[in-house]
Amino acid sequence: MDRISDIWGTRNPHSRGTTWPARVDLHLDEGLTEAQVDRWVPSACVLCSNGCGCEIAVKDGRMVGVRGRADDPVNGGRLGPKGLYGSTPWSRSPDRLTRPLIREGGELVECDWDTAMGRIAEVSRRLLRERGPLSHGFYTSGQLFLEEYYTLAVIGKAGIGTPHMDGNTRLCTATAAASLKESFGADGQPGCYDDVEHCDAIFLYGHNMPETQTVLWARVLDRLRGADPPVLVCVDPRRTAVAAEATVHLAPKVGTNLALMNGLVRELFVNGWVDEDWVGEHTVGVETLREIVSPYTPDEVARICEVEPEDVTKAARIFGTSQRVLSTVLQGFYQSHQATASAVAVNNLHLLRGMLGRPGAGILQMNGQPTAQNNRECGADGDLPGFRNWDNEQHIAELARLWNVDPLVIPHWAEPTHALQIFKYAEEGSIGLLWISATNPAVSLPESARIRRILGGDCFVVVQDLFRTETAELADVVLPAAGWGEKTGTFTNADRTVHLSEQAVSPPGEARSDFEIFLGYADAMDFRDADGRPLIGWRTPEHAFEAWREASRGRPCDYSELSYDRLRSSGGLRWGADRLYTDASFPSATDFCETYGHDLLTGATVTEQEHRAQGADGRAFLKGAPYHPAPETPSEEFPLLFTTGRTVHQFHTRTKTGRSRPLNRAAPEAWAELSEADAAKLGIKDGDRVRVESPRSAVEVPARITRVPTGTVFVPFHYGQANELTATVWDPVSKQPAFKTAVCRVTPCNS
Amino acid sequence: MQLVIYLGLVHHAEQTLAESFRVVGHGHADQPDVQLICEQLAALSDDHVRRLTPVVDRYGEQHSGADVEEPERLHADGLAEVRQGPVGLLRDLQDLHVLGTLVQTTWTVVHQAAQGLRDAELIGAARHCSAETSRQLAWLNTRMKAAAPQALIVAGRD
Ligand code: SF4
Repeated sequence: MDRISDIWGTRNPHSRGTTWPARVDLHLDEGLTEAQVDRWVPSACVLCSNGCGCEIAVKDGRMVGVRGRADDPVNGGRLGPKGLYGSTPWSRSPDRLTRPLIREGGELVECDWDTAMGRIAEVSRRLLRERGPLSHGFYTSGQLFLEEYYTLAVIGKAGIGTPHMDGNTRLCTATAAASLKESFGADGQPGCYDDVEHCDAIFLYGHNMPETQTVLWARVLDRLRGADPPVLVCVDPRRTAVAAEATVHLAPKVGTNLALMNGLVRELFVNGWVDEDWVGEHTVGVETLREIVSPYTPDEVARICEVEPEDVTKAARIFGTSQRVLSTVLQGFYQSHQATASAVAVNNLHLLRGMLGRPGAGILQMNGQPTAQNNRECGADGDLPGFRNWDNEQHIAELARLWNVDPLVIPHWAEPTHALQIFKYAEEGSIGLLWISATNPAVSLPESARIRRILGGDCFVVVQDLFRTETAELADVVLPAAGWGEKTGTFTNADRTVHLSEQAVSPPGEARSDFEIFLGYADAMDFRDADGRPLIGWRTPEHAFEAWREASRGRPCDYSELSYDRLRSSGGLRWGADRLYTDASFPSATDFCETYGHDLLTGATVTEQEHRAQGADGRAFLKGAPYHPAPETPSEEFPLLFTTGRTVHQFHTRTKTGRSRPLNRAAPEAWAELSEADAAKLGIKDGDRVRVESPRSAVEVPARITRVPTGTVFVPFHYGQANELTATVWDPVSKQPAFKTAVCRVTPCNS
Repeated sequence: MQLVIYLGLVHHAEQTLAESFRVVGHGHADQPDVQLICEQLAALSDDHVRRLTPVVDRYGEQHSGADVEEPERLHADGLAEVRQGPVGLLRDLQDLHVLGTLVQTTWTVVHQAAQGLRDAELIGAARHCSAETSRQLAWLNTRMKAAAPQALIVAGRD
């Protein structure tokens, strides 16, 4: 078996409504056989948001491979290239961090834990004394475990009391969360992967599933090759593997998604494909939406998006006349211009047809990272624990009771600060301590030269990670962390399936789990509740999980039915049953909802009074916004659109996948994709080195001539290069950076 | 008819608001959201000015002058330049809010008159523009609320 080239593996075609057959994938270190493995430890893969159930092979105290779990609802035993080849090699990489590092005389030198934590606590206390809690910022990940996020959330929100907490989930799932909140009143994935088995049409919006979630794509392929395949519609500017399978491929010009979506929504209205009764009973806002989308005729959409008007009507007809449509959305929408409004438009299509909450009729607003969902639930990012509403005093009082602190300690005068604003405050000097866990912003944030300047500046930077990443190199204290398989905890994938992952091996050297590191900080700072008891009342992941169950009880993401024991005995389990909203009742009541909502155009928050006046009370919101051109549009100086995306063999900034020999061999370095026409005009041949320049910076990479639209240049995201060029802009509602809409010029290197 | 004075006032105030949004957006370009949203909100005011044109064609308008004392006294100057730093940003946003409030109350007055005149076109314009002014104010409010604690408690003085 070679999953490097045969990415999706053999087909198991089956027809609609039948169970997806199992197929177990396995990879062990060279020379090992299954029989030689000492132990198999149940877990799930953390190299994308799919969350494929797997077992970790342990031999002589080391992780030596992985095997899919045939009974897992997510993958039925399958694993893709990243999961198979990238899950374990990093763990014994010789460059793992094994001791804390501290900056002395400009250099990072090794030290012990007491010294490292002592330095952090000293700076932290001084800043709290001199400047108060707003001097602290926490920037975390989409790759920690639930127990770690929840612990960090309590430390940040009730121990320090800072609103400056976010995760790199901001880069990958903020728009998914925002769109669900705007439409339904709270976060929470409506559909589940089983919808693939039941649908008769699938729409993929800016979702390059074959490369980002290979196993889910295998699942789709198995339907496509079966007896009664679903109709496939692809919305993506690139000619991806999805496009190759699609009945209709809509390739909107980069930055124009919303115009296209408004056109599709309009088609439902003008062709009578709206389920008026359902809409009347279960939604608010239909008339305003009808008005907003009315100018977006197929011809107008064709003009703005540079697509064929017939393709717009064809795609809309498929949506309007199918009985069970599954929609999946990812970065092509989330990291692009007018992200939230475009993702909300997908929800609108489903609401207008009353098409959700039953098998096959589902929405999957996807996540990028494996545990992003937990960060959103537990509130170590820009959310509050349990999908609570920062603007609702009762919700704050609940948290204050739960944590036994004064409600005034919990910052709730505005939405928690989003990642790029946190870095802005660090740049301006008002954040003096920035704690970065399990993420590499020096590579993954836009305009990375600026980010490196900020990290290398006056701000005291703590980094906890597996390796000396580009970010760790700029830190004042570096803490060695244990990774997946080296610690215990739970995490939840993009379809709400929760897996327990138990420690399989010990971490190297003095490395500690992120959970222990956060507890260590809480101890060093001696955070107390109102009665003088330790604020963090748990010492083990299982106890943290139990605390979280209480925090989530009665909220839309209710974990109170789940426990370590249940997860141990039954494998992956979904919270909230298989599908949400089966009874068409939504978490939108003013006293219950996670947000009062936003103006999709500006991001202005809707007030409680305004929300109450809308009287949603269990009904969903139909919201819209007009299209506006992206802030950067091609000019004489920068005549080409610049966009970024993913490749199948790498994940995020390659911290793990880059340390797997087969994966790295398959995709060792960045490149720039150009269309044939643009390449010819510029005198560039396939493989030539080219200089790609944006208004911010320039990089040199080899060129690949592919089927990107003429006028557009694509560079993969995982390597440092892409974000040298991207701009610091974000969506007004989700605050997700627009990694996909910049401009550039390209020249051959030798000229 | 004194309505012409108010048409002149709202016309002028919308223009001033649009220009001021642009000044603030441009002057605080290191805050990308401020730059982007101010540009969009300026465009809303541009559109309001356009919507006024047919109405003004019918009624005429009177800009404040010697015989129009009240509006002259209320007349707000726009922002010619921006202030520096986090507190400067806060104060600039606040100034925009003051201007926006003037625009909104002026539309309220025009709306009332339009109803008295049974002028459907003007009623529609006033209703639409007033609602959009609320969006401008709502954004300013949201942005100020988010920025205030940091600016007033921890930011430096530059
Ligand atoms: S699809 Fe995602 S979760 Fe599944 S094996 Fe591949 S990387 Fe891992």
